[in-house]
Amino acid sequence: MLVGHQTWMFKNKPTIISTGTVGGPFEANGRIANDIDILHDDMWIKQDSFEKAQRTMMEEACQIALKKTDVEKEQVQFFISGDLINQITPSTFTGKTLDIPYFGLFSACATSMESLALASSIVNSGGANYILSGTSSHNAAAERQFRYPTEYGGQKPPTAQWTVTGAGCALLANKGTGPVVTSATIGKVVDMGITDRLIWEEQWPQQQ
Amino acid sequence: MADKKKKKLTPEAQQYQSYQEKREVKRPIFKNCIKAFFVGGTICLIGQAISTFYIYYFDFTEQTAGNPTVATLIFITMFLTGFGVYDRIGQFAGAGSAVPVTGFGNAVVASAIEHRTEGFVLGVGSNMLKLAGPVIVYGVFSAFVVALIKTILIKWGGL
Repeated sequence: MLVGHQTWMFKNKPTIISTGTVGGPFEANGRIANDIDILHDDMWIKQDSFEKAQRTMMEEACQIALKKTDVEKEQVQFFISGDLINQITPSTFTGKTLDIPYFGLFSACATSMESLALASSIVNSGGANYILSGTSSHNAAAERQFRYPTEYGGQKPPTAQWTVTGAGCALLANKGTGPVVTSATIGKVVDMGITDRLIWEEQWPQQQ
Repeated sequence: MADKKKKKLTPEAQQYQSYQEKREVKRPIFKNCIKAFFVGGTICLIGQAISTFYIYYFDFTEQTAGNPTVATLIFITMFLTGFGVYDRIGQFAGAGSAVPVTGFGNAVVASAIEHRTEGFVLGVGSNMLKLAGPVIVYGVFSAFVVALIKTILIKWGGL
């Protein structure tokens, strides 16, 4: 299974048999809007906080992924997920809602592929028949945690990034039809000294 | 400063940074300065108009009109922030809307709105001054140091 130093080759063909995707209002105006299963036109998604909205999106993504197949929730062995919020609460609460044994991950944006790689490895080795793997993020929740309040009038540089409001979930199986995960290469943490141009100290305006 | 930071990095990282710097979309500094000048100037003009209004129609002098003028500007900012307009002005104007007292008001109100979901005491109460707090801390502290220097100079310096 191990090829070289950090690559896995999966011989038993772990297959993505279905996916569930949810997006927010900004994503609804994007070019891949037609490929997203549920689009919300409200950042709050009828919840009383952005973090709860993110959890709702993650739950919806998992439910859609399950609904597209005839796999029952009880047949799924593990749920592998993570997100950007402190203590990965949206993922953990989704784990509670789904009532499926749960692995929590944190690798920022890389979480989506990390969860898929680990899920494939488990399915490939016979550790599970079905695994739900996915990740979620919410623009306003991430802004609040990593940058400024959403209504703060700070000027963003042209290189500023925009965190997605959305959730994605893949149902991985040891057999079935769909894209097959053939291999995964796990990356190292590399620091090239590039600093975020939006951290507080660097951009703090000289007020008054 | 930037060179000092660079020396600590590995040669590989230095190479990557110079590669990145060449491709980075730079801030349009000149354009931003012009925008900041005009928007900041407009805010000051509005402030001056309010100040004159208070002096002309109410019983204020040029010295005492300052406080009600600042309060009025912050009150207007509060509404603009609440309606989600001020962050758009801020993105356009940059320092022009951040440096005047309205920027200070925006920093307080934006934090208050942001942390509303955590409750009124532990959310709004404790996070309201998260952005504006440092300004108050260092403003008060530097005023204290300057006052101390002035007192010493007058008492013992014979000024």
